[in-house]
Amino acid sequence: MSDLLIENVRLIDPATNLDAPGALLVRDGRIADLGHDIGRPEGIPVVDGRGAILCPGLVDMRVELGEPGGEYRETIDSAALAASAGGITTVAAMPDSSPAIDDPALVQLLRSRGEQTGRITILPYGAATRGCKGEEMSEFGLLREAGAVAFTDGGRAIGSSRMMRTALAYAAGFGAMIVQHPEDPELARGGAATQGELSTRLGLPAIPAAAEAIIVARDVRLAALTGGAVHFAHISTAEALDIIRRAKARCVKVTCDTAPPYFDLNETAIGDYRTYAKLSPPLRAESDRLAVVAALADGTIDAIASDHQPRDADDKRLPFAQAAPGGVGLATLLGVSLAQVHGGQLSLMRMLELLTVAPARLIGAEAGTLAKGAVADLCLFDLERVWQVNVGTLPGKAQNSPFDGRALEGRVVGTWKAGRRVFG
Amino acid sequence: MTPSHRHLLQIEGMHPPQIEAMLDLAESYVLLNRSGKTQRDLLRGRTLINLFFEDSTRTRTSFELAGKRLGADVINMSVSTSSVNKGETLLDTAATLNAMMCDLLVVRHDQSGAPNLLAQKVDASVINAGDGTHEHPTQALLDALTIRRRKGRLQGLIVAICGDVLHSRVARSNIHLLSAMGAIVRVIGPTTLIPAECARLGVDVFHDMNKGIAGADVVMMLRLQRERMVGGLVPSAREYFRFYGLDFEKLAHAKRDVIVMHPGPMNRGVEIDSAVADDPVRSVIKEQVEMGVAVRMAVLDILSRESRRNV
Repeated sequence: MSDLLIENVRLIDPATNLDAPGALLVRDGRIADLGHDIGRPEGIPVVDGRGAILCPGLVDMRVELGEPGGEYRETIDSAALAASAGGITTVAAMPDSSPAIDDPALVQLLRSRGEQTGRITILPYGAATRGCKGEEMSEFGLLREAGAVAFTDGGRAIGSSRMMRTALAYAAGFGAMIVQHPEDPELARGGAATQGELSTRLGLPAIPAAAEAIIVARDVRLAALTGGAVHFAHISTAEALDIIRRAKARCVKVTCDTAPPYFDLNETAIGDYRTYAKLSPPLRAESDRLAVVAALADGTIDAIASDHQPRDADDKRLPFAQAAPGGVGLATLLGVSLAQVHGGQLSLMRMLELLTVAPARLIGAEAGTLAKGAVADLCLFDLERVWQVNVGTLPGKAQNSPFDGRALEGRVVGTWKAGRRVFG
Repeated sequence: MTPSHRHLLQIEGMHPPQIEAMLDLAESYVLLNRSGKTQRDLLRGRTLINLFFEDSTRTRTSFELAGKRLGADVINMSVSTSSVNKGETLLDTAATLNAMMCDLLVVRHDQSGAPNLLAQKVDASVINAGDGTHEHPTQALLDALTIRRRKGRLQGLIVAICGDVLHSRVARSNIHLLSAMGAIVRVIGPTTLIPAECARLGVDVFHDMNKGIAGADVVMMLRLQRERMVGGLVPSAREYFRFYGLDFEKLAHAKRDVIVMHPGPMNRGVEIDSAVADDPVRSVIKEQVEMGVAVRMAVLDILSRESRRNV
């Protein structure tokens, strides 16, 4: 079972700094050998990679699954389909579902539901506070034991300084980080777009870019105070990145990720009230986008996550300020990221690091490498193949992509989960 | 009209000749209305629906009168936004209106962009009668007509727009229209009621009313919503009136032949002194109401031209 030889590929593994032509041998769902002259065992099924790139299956550290509670938007099965099409084999799941993932049994449930798909490993985040309401701390120890990789209130910021201090300190005792949605809830309340000329012209309630920097600055200080580790999700502003850059230089335990919309789009995407481009945090000014690109290259940003947030048509076909924020991103994660490689801003090795081993290390996942003995989670993609994002034809259930109409260069042609082909 | 000639959703993006043509036509409707004649055959057999998701007696009545003077069948629909799921109502209403074969749809909504959304879903021509804090195009057109009739031009005039610019769709539409037509536009208000990057709209921003009003040909006052008076963005009504309420003392800084405008309804003693509002020489507030009907007749006329040609 799950024996396979993928030959005629360019092997890239940022974890071992490998970039070489060759083949990869899978035995019993694990990587048995890889390299240039590994031969062809008799009777083994062979896949011709036709010169495409074979890298570790992508690790996506920020995904909203739709389950439990949002099944009308997305199910674990439909999200798994979209993940496979996007070359993703491991996802970390947001806990601000309904009910919130604040009980060990729910953590175990999500893990086993992932296994049942045969396509993805689901690594759940535990809710940082009960019900993700920001009031009482949840049972970090028990949740951790059940398999929670870190703690967060998902799309809600932990707004209280006191709660954040306690959570950072307590989680540190269990070796876990707190993942923060960095947005001052008071400054962001009711806001629908980033504050600036465009929000003024469209007459939309605005959120200042400083709402992000304020929480980042506060939490950096709380991390230093407690010795805890803080991770900021979907960083979108130059100001916040400056604070993180300086904090890293002082060896505070701070890391961060961003998502493709924040380095591929800017606020103008919401022009004419396009609700599919309404995200949280909102799309920012072009100067912020450029700062995010620079921070991907210089290492200030540690990982790229899809920030997949399924919404259905009724959530989006509303006046802009009333529409739900969020965009899907599983199927487009690699393609949109590769635009930065084609544009010359990032090396292919660095980009794949941001999508595989870097997020895997942040959430402690045994994934994201082509090392011998590792589980054969693999992504095969054609760096040059051109395609277009078309809302309505994306894999999975939810179709709310902010990238509708975007032409992309680079497409997944095959995905394997533990040596079993799940896409292509 | 942008982006198509079918709808009137916003002033932003309209070109001066389009604005000019609309004002000229409205001018002719002013004369027609004053002569006591009607043109009831123009929109005969056509249906105009006033779809108001927000209360407004003045604007709704003005559109109703404009439609009736041109012979349209006018129906008023008031939809409460608080009692029902807002999103369902908007889309369901669009589907219902389509089934009714409505020709002209006048929409007022408390959400910016709601008319844009409706325009994508209905076959009728959509006229924005005020959406959230975005635009109120017919108000800007009637204001421009009022100014043009009093001053003979728009080009080169100094127009001071004063008050809660942040939440004002009237201010946004007026800024776009007046600057497109070559007027010098100033906005005056407390810093908390001026939107971000306001100067990027092509206006000069003042926080001192006397300076902002100095040498103005037109002073346009905006309504301050009651819920914003206490403690929110300004501390009290009396403090607001002291610094941003229009009285004769502040008005003395303007040109001698200044005209005073207000889109209504007024908060007397909050943003405007009653004596100024009722000044028979300088206040043109009643004239604005008259121009409103004429401008809306012109808008209905222009937007229905293509479909009238096709019949």
